[in-house]
Amino acid sequence: MSPIFYLLAAITVAGGLATVLLKNLVHCALAVTIAFLGLALLFLSLDAQFAGFVQILVYIGAVAILVVFAILLTREAEVPESSPAGRVFSKTWLTGLVIAAAVFAMLGWAVLQSAQALPNETAMPAVSVRDIGNALVGRYVLPLEIVALLLTAATIGAVIVAMHEKEAK
Amino acid sequence: MSGMNVPATIDQIFILFTDWVAHFFPAAIRPIVGVVLGVIGIISVFPGLFALTTVFERKGLGRMQNRYGPNRVGPFGFFQPVADGIKALTKEDVVPFRADGVLHFLAPVVLLAAVFMGFAILPVGRNMVLVDMDAGLLFFFAMGASTELSVFMAGWSSRNKYSLLGAMRAVAQMISYEIPLLLSSVVVIMVAGTLSLPKIVEAQAGYTGIWPHWYVFTPWGLAAFLMFGIAATSETNRSPFDLPEGESELVAGYFTEYSGFKFAIFFIAEYLAMFSMSGIATTLFLGGWSAPLSFLNVLPSWFWFFSKVMCFIFIFIWVRGTLPRLRQDQLMNFAWKFVLPFTLLDLFVTALWRFMGEGWARWIVCSAILIAAYVAMGRVGMFRKNFAHRRYRYAE
Repeated sequence: MSPIFYLLAAITVAGGLATVLLKNLVHCALAVTIAFLGLALLFLSLDAQFAGFVQILVYIGAVAILVVFAILLTREAEVPESSPAGRVFSKTWLTGLVIAAAVFAMLGWAVLQSAQALPNETAMPAVSVRDIGNALVGRYVLPLEIVALLLTAATIGAVIVAMHEKEAK
Repeated sequence: MSGMNVPATIDQIFILFTDWVAHFFPAAIRPIVGVVLGVIGIISVFPGLFALTTVFERKGLGRMQNRYGPNRVGPFGFFQPVADGIKALTKEDVVPFRADGVLHFLAPVVLLAAVFMGFAILPVGRNMVLVDMDAGLLFFFAMGASTELSVFMAGWSSRNKYSLLGAMRAVAQMISYEIPLLLSSVVVIMVAGTLSLPKIVEAQAGYTGIWPHWYVFTPWGLAAFLMFGIAATSETNRSPFDLPEGESELVAGYFTEYSGFKFAIFFIAEYLAMFSMSGIATTLFLGGWSAPLSFLNVLPSWFWFFSKVMCFIFIFIWVRGTLPRLRQDQLMNFAWKFVLPFTLLDLFVTALWRFMGEGWARWIVCSAILIAAYVAMGRVGMFRKNFAHRRYRYAE
């Protein structure tokens, strides 16, 4: 664990905390991009260039923008202090905490198990973008095609939902 | 420099200079010195080019609009950017009372940082690339995508309806045109088989007779190049896609509420994005730093790179002086109903090209498919418009 790891981890956690603690929704959306960026830099510090850059491209370039647009198009960015949504801690905070802890424990367990599942992995495998590409259109071509079909269906569905309905006369 | 002839020395002069400076330092920190010198080169050359381009643009537009352009400061007005810079630095920095101070300050900083990052992977000459990444092209697009957020930050934090509308337009436009931009460069990746920009340049090296093996001289390459050009123009918010800052509707778009040097930073970032886009287009389709004809290789590689970039800049200015601005719905229709389908078709044609193997048959088949598609699209479009003979109406 190098100092760089701790620095990046601190940035990521700070971004995540700011996301849930800030009052203004747009500030929250911008804070979550800091967490995304921290994750991307963690990937890069592990020599996973492809994952790191795709993280930036997809999460900062698209997901964060989508979140911001959704906030702006649906409601006021600033919620008054008096309304129930205005408080940082909602009434169901205990349930939320339990669910979050359960998900975290599950992920942590999976990560710790992987050391036993792959005992022979000593050195870091050098994975180039070319290897990822070959794996995607070779071994994992069926999942890729299924995802493509799903996304196409979702796009067509979105267009149909957004289309103007013809007025019945 | 024993053993090297004069053209090769001039070609590598910046590398030799960097090595010469680095040898004054202890061996442990020499790589860091090299990187720092490279960064200094990037942050001095491209803004310098920006200053030059503003004069060229104003004079070029002036010529196209039958007026003089700047001609007061210095010989032929070439010191105009100095005067503009002093003006921007000495102006008061006005921040709106209700603005979100932190975001308002951060937006130009983040924008400029993201735009500068894009230059890190550009091969500006033989052996002249700051970072040779395995996933270089992906890095460039990742940096390009993160400029969108700073544009939004600028527009939203200003608390101004024009700023917010401009930012929404800008983000919608950049997302829409990012897809064809990425897809038209995927075509090059398919043929070159790599995401590393120096390797893409290598893949286009070599000459048949005196003619270069650039990707733009293949049917799929030409189609992708045109689409890339359209998407790049839109991605950098240049005319005819400059709706986000359409001054007749939105004052100045997302940077309406910026003044002084912060305004200048948005201006610089826009031009730097133009340079990096032109550099990527040069690398992907025009053979990067290689000479256009085999016997012109005596001139240094960086000269050819910057010449090609400046040709793109000239085309940007030319288009700006020629075409009227699109309307918002026309912009979106153009992206989703014309640029995107034809980029997808080009993707298909490129796959065909890749699997038909060497020979002249693939030239005929690929060209025929592309030409047929474009001609059919044009004919159907004209037919639908029902163009009749032009009738003139006069005020009577």
